[in-house]
Amino acid sequence: MLSLPLLLVIWQVLSMIIVNRLFPSPIMVAQVMWEAATEGRLLGDLGKTLWRAAMSFVIAMALGTAIGIAFGRVRWVDRLFSGWLLVGLNLPAIVIAIVLYIWLGLNELSLILAVIMNKVPLVIATVREGVRSFSDDLDELGTVFRMSALRRLRLIFIPQLTPFVLAAARTGLSLIWKIVLVFEVLGSDGGIGYRISIMFQFFNISGILAYTTAFILVVLAFEYGVMRPLERRILRWRPVRN
Amino acid sequence: MATGPELKIDIAEKRFPAAPGALFEGLQLDIAPSSVVALVGPSGIGKSTLLRMIAGIDTEFSGGVEIGGQPARAAPTPGFVFQDPRLLPWLTAIDNIRAADPACTQDKAAEVLERVGLAGAGTLYPYQLSGGMQRRVALARALVVNASLLLLDEPFVSLDRTLVGEIHALFARLVSESRPTVVFVSHLTEDAAALADRAILLGHRPARIVGDVTLPIPGAKRDQATLEHYRAMLDGALESDGD
Repeated sequence: MLSLPLLLVIWQVLSMIIVNRLFPSPIMVAQVMWEAATEGRLLGDLGKTLWRAAMSFVIAMALGTAIGIAFGRVRWVDRLFSGWLLVGLNLPAIVIAIVLYIWLGLNELSLILAVIMNKVPLVIATVREGVRSFSDDLDELGTVFRMSALRRLRLIFIPQLTPFVLAAARTGLSLIWKIVLVFEVLGSDGGIGYRISIMFQFFNISGILAYTTAFILVVLAFEYGVMRPLERRILRWRPVRN
Repeated sequence: MATGPELKIDIAEKRFPAAPGALFEGLQLDIAPSSVVALVGPSGIGKSTLLRMIAGIDTEFSGGVEIGGQPARAAPTPGFVFQDPRLLPWLTAIDNIRAADPACTQDKAAEVLERVGLAGAGTLYPYQLSGGMQRRVALARALVVNASLLLLDEPFVSLDRTLVGEIHALFARLVSESRPTVVFVSHLTEDAAALADRAILLGHRPARIVGDVTLPIPGAKRDQATLEHYRAMLDGALESDGD
């Protein structure tokens, strides 16, 4: 709980030692952030970026989970396409974005598609490992007690898969937060990344930090308000390790 | 009081594709209603496979298994206990029991947990239960599914002696209360001496019955001397086959 206030204190102290226009204090950044939110375009840009991140996240998770299950369950799919997956995992994110921008134009669709294509291989790889680690013993349990296919899905398969889907969501989300901004810098008509790239041209460091901080605050709110409570609830059956 | 069904086992041949030779050939065995039968033999002889054939899970063999006059697959699901507790880690004790039988209510599951000495533990997850408690939940689950036919696959393996004593006592009490038909697999003659009223000794390959020993004194009334006598009798039968 103390780590974030500590960071702010260190930042404040450093800004008092290194007095420079290019190293604003957190108080100054907070002021800029407030002005950008009330009088500027911060909220509109934040909304755009979050919408892009949310769309990419939902589509990539759904696609990646479905394909990951196929990779884990169907041997020939894994054999035939694991090479593609390896390429997908290692293809530089920026290349995918540039190619899509060239092919489809500098638009919303290209941006979201580029984010999805970057994230999907990661989800596939994680879910595939999850499916491969399914327990034969629990499978036998379902057979012994003659559970219906639906009950097996609900009671045996989905609970085994959930920790892997959550892991994919977590790593995927951190990836998306980062690359959405990069792709917005590369080509878009708004959003946090787009605005930061304009501020960069004017060396407006206070504005850049204000926008970044606003973005980070949203990420933290999502982490503590959604991800952690969700994980705690879904994985409450796991022993708590201190 | 529930009464267990009669079992008629007639296996013409059972073999695994990857293994040379048959596992069973011409194996016939009738098990009387409400009897407790131990299948005893060395590891790898096919005891667990035989249990799975009785349970109707393994149907890849020629011959048939009848439970109460019905083919095994068509008979009611037996209460099965595995070598390990095999509980679903994401479900509480009560939900683990209900998972095996959709018709089981919350109250019924709690009642069966009480029968196995776990009153009040229904809301605990498997990681919150000791090894012995997990075994009891597994036994409760089997009782809910089918209290009149219990199939147990090495249920006392990898337990320490104190725990084995506890589970033996619980098992003997449950058997005397509801008189199910029980078939349990063990590689230890002491389990059979403690609990069974008939021990089927298996040996050779293809596996055949090398001894069929009746143990007439009821499990709950066996004192130490009886247990030792029974055990020596079973060990003797196994050794004489090896000679």
